[in-house]
Amino acid sequence: MNIFDLIGPVMVGPSSSHTAGAVRIGLTARKLLADEPASAELLLHGSFADTGRGHGTDKALIAGLLGMEPDDTRIPESFLWAEKAGLSFRFGTISLPDAHPNSVLLRLRGKHGGEKRVVAASIGGGRIEVRRIDDMPLRFSAEQPTLIVSNDDQPGSVADVSRILADAGVNIGTFQVNRDERGGSAVMVIECDAPLEAELVERIRSLPGIRRAVCIN
Amino acid sequence: MSVFDSVQRMLDAAERRGLPLWELVLEASAQESGMSRDESLRTMRERLAVMRQADAGYDGAQRSPSGLTGGDAEKLRAQSTAGRTIAGPFIGEILAAALRMGECNACMHRIVAAPTAGACGVLPAVLLPYARRYGAEDEALVRALYVAAGYGAVIARRASISGAEAGCQAEIGSAAAMAAAALVHLHGGSDAQTAHAAAIALKNLMGLVCDPVAGLVEVPCVKRNAIGALDALSAAELALAGVESRVPADEVIDAMRAVGAALPPSLRETGRGGIAASPTAEAFRERFFSGKS
Repeated sequence: MNIFDLIGPVMVGPSSSHTAGAVRIGLTARKLLADEPASAELLLHGSFADTGRGHGTDKALIAGLLGMEPDDTRIPESFLWAEKAGLSFRFGTISLPDAHPNSVLLRLRGKHGGEKRVVAASIGGGRIEVRRIDDMPLRFSAEQPTLIVSNDDQPGSVADVSRILADAGVNIGTFQVNRDERGGSAVMVIECDAPLEAELVERIRSLPGIRRAVCIN
Repeated sequence: MSVFDSVQRMLDAAERRGLPLWELVLEASAQESGMSRDESLRTMRERLAVMRQADAGYDGAQRSPSGLTGGDAEKLRAQSTAGRTIAGPFIGEILAAALRMGECNACMHRIVAAPTAGACGVLPAVLLPYARRYGAEDEALVRALYVAAGYGAVIARRASISGAEAGCQAEIGSAAAMAAAALVHLHGGSDAQTAHAAAIALKNLMGLVCDPVAGLVEVPCVKRNAIGALDALSAAELALAGVESRVPADEVIDAMRAVGAALPPSLRETGRGGIAASPTAEAFRERFFSGKS
């Protein structure tokens, strides 16, 4: 029991799900892009689309994309900060099949040209779940250090990655593997008990068959 | 097993270990979350500081993005300062402080959810005016916050602190129970009296539904912080006078959970029942969703 979830969290109002959770979604998407975002298209689904404006969900998502935390007092003026940071953005609505009511699809482009599509949901009390990265369905909360590895679907990839983590003394909490088709592309989502060093992520990235590796610490 | 499984277990553990209740909550929670004692105390002092900052940062001219709330706390303050309130300046200050924090939250200020953002006004509304009137030190307020957190922890474990799960009784009701226990502690009551106060406060708001207009944390949420604060005050007064809850706190919390489970979805933060279903609320919702509000 963490009593600071009861006397807390400290957050910019008005809603833990529609404001604080939305900031965390933006922040997590920024980390997944692994770059300063240059442009963003944000498509709101369900209750996010319906009541998002009254809850400042739009401002909260942009604040997260700019790297702000849920208690950052700049959140209400995040659109101005986006202009200063050179982030252009556009909001729209979308109906996502089988999505949680508080969901958003973010299409991001980084300043160094990288692109990322993320679907995430705010599931209550400020907690979130990432549900899709690019076209790959997955599920993680971003509450623990999380390593996301995309790779060619070939034998040995899972063993290689887990060996590097084991050798570094990193304990794995949960491990998900998913793929689009046999022999196509696959993704591993690994929730760890401790933050990962950048050097470790670099070693995983250089393994054969690994396309990308990002760690959200 | 945790000391936060029940109020009784929490009180028994404090007695057995010879610790004041606030310190038992501090030690047990620090142990469960792996936080050091110093880190916990530092965090709690910071939470109190953020409550004060939010209270001081209120702007009576500001309105929420939806236009539904803002400015009401200022009316209360003016009335109270002019000596025109029915119940005198202390109650006037509590009401104003509750609305202030609720409006700060609606206007996207930085607040302390306690236990939720929608109920963030209840605890500061009793603690800050109490401190001004009785000269309580910050350290005493921090200890009172630990007492409040202990009750919040038991309620969260045994029932819920989420309006979507159990209605407003779980948000404003829980906040009132936490604040009642904190007040009893501040005013020198016994640990057993904190439990009676929490039980009485929670009973008084049992069944309260979560029915936000257009799904926004504004109407009737902001004003319910005021009734939550006065519920806490009245429960604390009763308990300090020796009035006991005939039903133990743990059974009251369990009853709250059962009532929450019996509430239809329309009364659990969906914005489809109660006040949210009134013609005025429906009309607002239609304007708001069509972007013309």
